[in-house]
Amino acid sequence: MLISLSWKNIWRNKTRSLIIIFAIVFGVIGGVGIIAFMNGLIFQRLDMAIGNEVSNIQIHNSHFQNNKELNDTIFDISKVTSVLDTSKKIKAYSVRLKSVTMINSANSGEGIMLNGIDPEKEKEVTGIYKYIQEGTYFKDSRKNGILIGEKLARKLKIKIRSKVVVTMQSASGNITNAAFKVIGIYKTANSTFDGHNAYVRKSDLAAIIGFDNQAAHEIAISVYNDKESEALVASLKGKFNNDKLSIERWDEIMPELGLLTGVMDYMLYIFMLIIFLALSFGIINTMLMAVMERVREIGMLMAIGMNKTKIFLMIMLETILLMLTGSITGLVLSYGIVIFFGKHGIDLSNFASGLSGFGFSSMVYPFLETGAYIKIVIMVIIAGIISSIVPARRALKLNPSEAIRKL
Amino acid sequence: MNIIETKGLTKIYRENGNEVVAIEDLNITFEQGEFTAVVGPSGSGKTTFLNMVGGIDYPTSGEIQIDNVNIGALKSSKLIDFRMRNIGFVFQSYNLIPVLTARENVEFIMFLQKWPKKEKEERSAELLQAVGLGDRMDSRPAKLSGGQQQRVAVARALASRPKFILADEPTANLDSKSAEKLLDIMEKLNHDENITFIFSTHDPRVVKKARRVITLVDGKVSTDEKKN
Repeated sequence: MLISLSWKNIWRNKTRSLIIIFAIVFGVIGGVGIIAFMNGLIFQRLDMAIGNEVSNIQIHNSHFQNNKELNDTIFDISKVTSVLDTSKKIKAYSVRLKSVTMINSANSGEGIMLNGIDPEKEKEVTGIYKYIQEGTYFKDSRKNGILIGEKLARKLKIKIRSKVVVTMQSASGNITNAAFKVIGIYKTANSTFDGHNAYVRKSDLAAIIGFDNQAAHEIAISVYNDKESEALVASLKGKFNNDKLSIERWDEIMPELGLLTGVMDYMLYIFMLIIFLALSFGIINTMLMAVMERVREIGMLMAIGMNKTKIFLMIMLETILLMLTGSITGLVLSYGIVIFFGKHGIDLSNFASGLSGFGFSSMVYPFLETGAYIKIVIMVIIAGIISSIVPARRALKLNPSEAIRKL
Repeated sequence: MNIIETKGLTKIYRENGNEVVAIEDLNITFEQGEFTAVVGPSGSGKTTFLNMVGGIDYPTSGEIQIDNVNIGALKSSKLIDFRMRNIGFVFQSYNLIPVLTARENVEFIMFLQKWPKKEKEERSAELLQAVGLGDRMDSRPAKLSGGQQQRVAVARALASRPKFILADEPTANLDSKSAEKLLDIMEKLNHDENITFIFSTHDPRVVKKARRVITLVDGKVSTDEKKN
């Protein structure tokens, strides 16, 4: 009966209650919208980074990541791959040779990371082949074909079939040159990545450096479920304890990505906290007015025997119900909005160049996990309880005999 | 049998450094089944007296014994509970909860006393029938006339089976027909069910029906007449 009474009390002054409910609705939509948008932005970045750049896990010689020294190869590659072949958590892996090189066209030169890959294996791990804008992805088996990023192509002012010369160190420590023909130009959402990475066949690169075809600097691993990758890293570390290998997850290789996802959890709380804090003042005001209008009635309720706990509870319930009405309406609407834009995306192509510099896609698909909606409802209830304290205390201070006398 | 007894009951209000004696050394007893009007000019202390007997205001000194319980010595929380179980109130301006129906208003006090649902429904229906509002049980106060609202208030006051009912100028806002009807209902309840009513009033119609009339002047009993 108390809940029913509190609910009915909210609708005594419809205009006033509706104004505050609308404020809550818009606040929630704003908060959820921003969080879902940022989620979309960040998780797309993450998806792309894992899908195209780092993969879920990478294995290197324990010295390679620090110095990128040519001779810091993985010692016993067959031992490592035989273990990887047996793991059911691993979807695919790509064995790479890597070389820090200077790439020169007739017009310009640029320092890049040259990735020697097995094109078919690489396809199972990264999605570079999906982003080919011009040319092909190692379609024919001709030697010394190179795939370069669109940004790098622009810098070097080269096109498909242009020749480039790469200069690098060989296994013997000498500087060596090799000519490559541009067979494809790719463009991912991360222009920085595109500007600094080029792909050649691993066998071509090995031949230039003077390695045998088995040598590798990096094994990029793609797993079925990233949530299992942490356990997989631990298990691999156990298996290769004495092999001087560094086995890292994507968030260790690119800590800034790990930080972004970690920050998103806090963003939810911070955004909603700010919104509810601002709304709380409005709610306190509304509820204080509601209490002051009902001084006589509350006095009567006390007189006929409604105890302080119940009076407090009644005002608290009114506040919570008011907030819940607004926030659940807001959440339902935001859910619809997030689903809609999650499907159709938000086109930010006007800002595409700025966004791609940071690796963000210009098409953002907002999303919010169900758990976040539940967290928001819990925050609403807490905010409701806190906001109700002032008006409820005000009601308790009333003296029934004085309150009844008031007109 | 005495159900209310006041001993040296005094209430002094202090406002802006001034002392106003509202009730002074009042010694009165009320018996079960009385139908009493407390009358007197404005400011004579009628409402203050009723508030103290009803336990919604504490005396400055003296005692109020209700069924041998000194309610002036009860803590605020105990007093609320005591009021709920022992005293029924009827206020001058009805003071119904506007968002609840007549039936819900009557049931509210039973809700506070945690009555089972079925008993609540039966008792509220019975009481609203008794006050002649059997057909208006689902109406909200705004849809009822002043007289009807006051009858709902009487039904509400009776709901918890209190020891007595305090009615503060219950007819003051009613037209004579409604006032007459209300008084008839209360008189009947008093006669048939031996329910004790104590009114504070200016209304000669109430005084006429009352079987005992206490006149207060300046917070003291001026006359205390019992009619046969």
